[in-house]
Amino acid sequence: MNAIYVLWVRQLKRYVRSRARIVASLGQPMLFLLALGFGFGPIFRRAGQGSYIQFLAPGVIAMTILFAAIFSGIELIWDRQFGFLKETLIAPVPRIAIMLGRTLGGATVAFVQGLIVLVICLIAGFRFHGIAAVPAAFAFMILIAFMFTALGTGIASVMSDFQGFQLVMNFLVMPIFFLSGALFPLSNLPKILDVLASIDPLSYGVDGMRGSLIGLAHFGMTVDIAVLLIVTAIFLSAGTYLFSRIQL
Amino acid sequence: MIRVQNLVKTFGNIQAVRDISFEVNAGEIFAFLGPNGAGKTTTIKMLTTLLKPTAGTVELDGLDPTVAQGEARKRFGIVFQDPSLDDQLTAYENMELHAALYKVPRQVRKERIERLLRLFELWDRRDDEVKKFSGGMKRRLEIARSLLHTPKIIFLDEPTLGLDPQTRNQMWTHVRKLNQENGVTVFLTTHYMDEAERVAQRVAIIDHGRIVAQGTPAQLKAQTNADSLEQAFLVLTGSSIRDEDATSLDQMRSIARMFSGRR
Ligand SMILES: Nc1ncnc2c1ncn2[C@@H]1O[C@H](COP(=O)(O)OP(=O)(O)OP(=O)(O)O)[C@@H](O)[C@H]1O
Ligand SMILES: [Mg+2]
Repeated sequence: MNAIYVLWVRQLKRYVRSRARIVASLGQPMLFLLALGFGFGPIFRRAGQGSYIQFLAPGVIAMTILFAAIFSGIELIWDRQFGFLKETLIAPVPRIAIMLGRTLGGATVAFVQGLIVLVICLIAGFRFHGIAAVPAAFAFMILIAFMFTALGTGIASVMSDFQGFQLVMNFLVMPIFFLSGALFPLSNLPKILDVLASIDPLSYGVDGMRGSLIGLAHFGMTVDIAVLLIVTAIFLSAGTYLFSRIQL
Repeated sequence: MIRVQNLVKTFGNIQAVRDISFEVNAGEIFAFLGPNGAGKTTTIKMLTTLLKPTAGTVELDGLDPTVAQGEARKRFGIVFQDPSLDDQLTAYENMELHAALYKVPRQVRKERIERLLRLFELWDRRDDEVKKFSGGMKRRLEIARSLLHTPKIIFLDEPTLGLDPQTRNQMWTHVRKLNQENGVTVFLTTHYMDEAERVAQRVAIIDHGRIVAQGTPAQLKAQTNADSLEQAFLVLTGSSIRDEDATSLDQMRSIARMFSGRR
C-alpha cells in the first residue's frame, strides 16, 4: 500500500517538475482545437451539425488523455534504461504494487493534462451542459487515463529500448485516435470505418464524454461505461502480467 | 554469509556463469574480480534475486533467495553497476523513497537519512535534484541509499567506475569504516586491482564464467609469483582483450532528450 502511494507521489513530482513536458504536450491539442475547430467550423455548421467546437472539444480532451497516458506508460522504458526501475524491482515489494503505483501515477498525470485542456476548451468557447455534467465526464476521463496508461505500461514492459516506440505511435496510438470519432460523428459512416470505430476502445471514451458534456452519445452512456470498464480491466491485467515478467 | 554451490547461468547459447562455487564469511570484504564479460554482474544478479540460476544453489544469510525473495531482499543492499537513482528527484527524496519501499520505521527514517547523507558528505546538497550531481556524488548517494535499511550484506558492482582517485579513495575509506564499525559484509567487484588488494580480505577471480583462483591477495600473489595483484590477475586471466557488447544507451539518451526536453 505504502509502495503504491510513494510511487504515485513520485510520478506527480516528476510531472510538476518537467514544465517543458507540460507545455509541449499542450501544443498539439491547442493546434487541433484552433485549426480544426475554427477551420472546419463553417462546413460543419452548413452541414447542419451545429457548432464544431462543441463537438470537437470532448474529442480533443480525450486525445490529450490518450497521448499523456500512453506516454506515462512508455516512461517505463526510460526508467529501465536510466536505471531507476532496478531500484523498485529489487525492493521487498510485490511487483503488482509497483505496477499499480506506476499506473495510478501515470493515470493521474494524464487526467490532469485532460483537465488543463478542458479549461483551454472553455476559454476557446466550449460550453457544457451545466455543472451536473462534470462528475460523469470526470469518470470517463479517469477511465480513459487508466485504460491507456495500463496499455502503455504493458507495451513498455516488452520493449527494452526505443526502437519500437515509433512503430507503436504510428500503428497503434494514431489509429486509436483517428478512428475514435474524436474528430467526426460516428453516424452514417462507411461500413469499414464504422466497424473500425466500434472496435476502437477510445470511441467509447469520446462518446461517453460527449454524452456527459453535451448530451450527444452515439452508443449510449451505459454501453460506453461497460465497454470502458471491461477493456480497462483487460489492459490492467495484461499489463500487470507483462510487467511481472520483466527481467533486468 | 554467502554460500554458492555449482552455480550456472546460460542465456540461450551463451554460458555466462559455468559451475562456480565459493563462500563469503560474515563480516568479510570479498572482491570478485574478472575481465569484462567474465560473469561478475550475472553472478550478483543471481545472488540478489534478479535472475534465476539455471542450476546450482545460492544461500544468503541462511536463506535461499530464489524461494524467500522478499526476506532476502531486506537483508542486502546493492549498488548496481549502472546508475539507479531517479535524477528528477532530490537526494533526500531518493532516500525517502527507498526508506518507504523498504518499510524503514517512520520514527528512525529522518534521523537515519540525515546520518547517512552526512556520512557521505551529501547533506548540504540534499535538496538538489540528482541530475545536478557529479558522477562521484551520485555514486556516494547510491551507497548511502543502499545502507538505509541496515542490510547485513552490501553488493557493490564496480562502485568506483569512472571516479577520480580522490573520490575512489574516499569511497573505500567509507566502505572499510562501515565494514569495521557495523560489521557489514561487503561483496564487491572492481577493475582496479590495487583497490581490491587494499580493501579486500579475500578475492576470487572469475574468467569466462569460471573461477580460476581464490584466496587472500597474498596467496594469489604467491601462487603466481607476482609482485602485485594486478600482475597475478593478468597471469591468471591472460592478456587478450575481451569483447563487450555495445549498448544502445547513447541512442536512447538522444531520443529521450528529443521527446521530453530533459537530461
Ligand atoms: N540478459 C542477457 N542476455 C544475454 N547475454 C547476457 C545477458 N546478461 C549478460 N549476458 C552475457 O553474459 C556474459 C557475462 O556478463 P556479465 O555482465 O556478468 O559480465 P561482467 O563480468 O559483469 O562484465 P563487466 O566487467 O563488463 O561488467 C557476457 O558475455 C554477457 O554478454
Ligand atoms: Mg558487470
